[in-house]
Amino acid sequence: MNLLVLDGVTRSFDGFKAINGLTLTVDPGELRAIIGPNGAGKTTMMDIVTGKTRPDGGIVRFDGHDMSKTDEAGSARLGIGRKFQKPTVFETHTVEDNLLLSLRDNRSVFGTLFSKTDHAARIAELLALIRLEDRRLDLAADLSHGQKQWLEIGMLLAQDPKLLLVDEPAAGMTDEETARTAALLRDLAGDHAVIVVEHDMEFVRALDCKVTVLHQGSVLAEGPLDTVSANEQVIEVYLGR
Amino acid sequence: MSAVKGERAVPAPQAGHAATLNRRRLLNTRGWTFLLVLAAVAVGVPWLNATGALPDYAVSLVGKYLCFALLAIALDLLWGYCGILSLGHAAFFALGGYAMGMHLMREIGDRGVYANPDLPDFMVFLNWQELPWFWSGFDMFWFAALMALFVPGLLAFVFGWFAFRSRVTGVYLSIITQAMTYALMLAFFRNEMGFGGNNGLTDFKDVLGFDLASQETRTGLMVLSAIAVAIGFLICRAVVISKAGKVIVGIRDAESRMRFLGYRVEGYKLFVFVLSAMLAGLAGALYTPQVGIINPGEFSPANSIEVVIWVALGGRGTLVGAAIGAVIVAAAKTVLTGLFPEAWLFVLGGMFVFVTIFMPRGVLGVWDAMVDGMWQTRGMDPRERRLAS
Repeated sequence: MNLLVLDGVTRSFDGFKAINGLTLTVDPGELRAIIGPNGAGKTTMMDIVTGKTRPDGGIVRFDGHDMSKTDEAGSARLGIGRKFQKPTVFETHTVEDNLLLSLRDNRSVFGTLFSKTDHAARIAELLALIRLEDRRLDLAADLSHGQKQWLEIGMLLAQDPKLLLVDEPAAGMTDEETARTAALLRDLAGDHAVIVVEHDMEFVRALDCKVTVLHQGSVLAEGPLDTVSANEQVIEVYLGR
Repeated sequence: MSAVKGERAVPAPQAGHAATLNRRRLLNTRGWTFLLVLAAVAVGVPWLNATGALPDYAVSLVGKYLCFALLAIALDLLWGYCGILSLGHAAFFALGGYAMGMHLMREIGDRGVYANPDLPDFMVFLNWQELPWFWSGFDMFWFAALMALFVPGLLAFVFGWFAFRSRVTGVYLSIITQAMTYALMLAFFRNEMGFGGNNGLTDFKDVLGFDLASQETRTGLMVLSAIAVAIGFLICRAVVISKAGKVIVGIRDAESRMRFLGYRVEGYKLFVFVLSAMLAGLAGALYTPQVGIINPGEFSPANSIEVVIWVALGGRGTLVGAAIGAVIVAAAKTVLTGLFPEAWLFVLGGMFVFVTIFMPRGVLGVWDAMVDGMWQTRGMDPRERRLAS
């Protein structure tokens, strides 16, 4: 069974069809890259999947749940983690607290008000994974750009999501960090489904996975990167000229 | 914060005691100091008054400052920690004040000018025949005390429910809170509202059998206010150091990240807003008997803005700083409005501009930077101090 199903999804903003009959399925544990020129609808697609934006029409199902009526918090609780393009961490919290807030636990006001668990073991594991052990008590604001990206990835892992949406993870990273990130995302696939939205072709190649090309709000081509990049239409709208 | 940047030469805290560092204590050094100062005021001011070193009116003045301090702490919880700038917080304060004022009016009984045992003077003057329904129950102190918390809390709940669900944030939220207090002011000015119109509620005689004009009662009210500040501070501090407090700060810093982590941001904002409004109501309820009057002027937008200045001047997101700011500004106001009444608003505006430009983290922020500097010159890691606080 597919983990994520989008079927004939539409959404327009002031008459502009940002998403136009988009049909897309992702399997559990799959790694998928989504590419497309600016304005192709990549961000809107992620907004719809996470309940930030409501679709005008079509079906959005995640893990058997109708996603057209949920909100961001609801999608997160169902098991969708989202990484923003610009690293978004809690700057005035320590690295440790950033992870603590992300771990699966009671999310209600009174649940957190009286929470006593510190999840020390799980946090130590995650810190090792994202290589920030020695920054544990530093404020997130004092981390480098790349370290913030990693912290945010750690926060997503702490949520233990079924599906990870990752928006341009390689943006602003050094070559070495980029390679490490691609390796990490490949590792994550299998345990989690991962959708990566990316511009950087080298990075997409390093991911070595099925690629979906979006154009004007719908799917233009789908398949391995080599097949897709040989497609005439794709060359015309995106790669060529 | 900037003092820490690039300070890699400082050895990282050891793992062993680091585990305990992150569990923040309800009372750190600053918290204890604050409570000790409050206790010293509660004991010292009446003692100085008894020896004749302080005039009688000074005791009520201190009591009034303490009410302001509680109001400032309430706003700091909302603005400093959750990032919600309410420009209408004086409304909750005034509502608490009116709730207590209504009880004090009922306590007057037949000792009013018109000697009507049931109706307050202003109602007799307006030719009203019976007490409006919303005045019933206020003859009982416990009911009035409850209402002083419940009414501001309810208003905050209804207001916050709609505002936060519709995701009204930032300057738009600030403007509608300002509109809220302005609308309440206009409503309370009307005689038909049944709250004494322009004149408000005054001529109070006693509370729970204690004569409000006696120095003992005034001293008692001042001490009660000090206790209320301590309780308000402890409640806010308990919220701030809990995991919910971390969520609240997270909402301030990156609201969308908090949503995508699965937290219902509206619920947290509503909780903080209601708690803050109730503390403001408590401050108002203590304020009314000490100043002897509550009128619609307390709802005026300028009052709410003054509260914001207290918090900004003392240091946002510190609780203690907010209380310090309230006392500094209120004391300056007392002195200056006595000496140069026309100059006060200019001084207030000037203070705000000065603090915003030169001390963005307020008085306590300047203090913290100094202490951090001292730690570093001694070769110690200021991060430890910060985490322990």
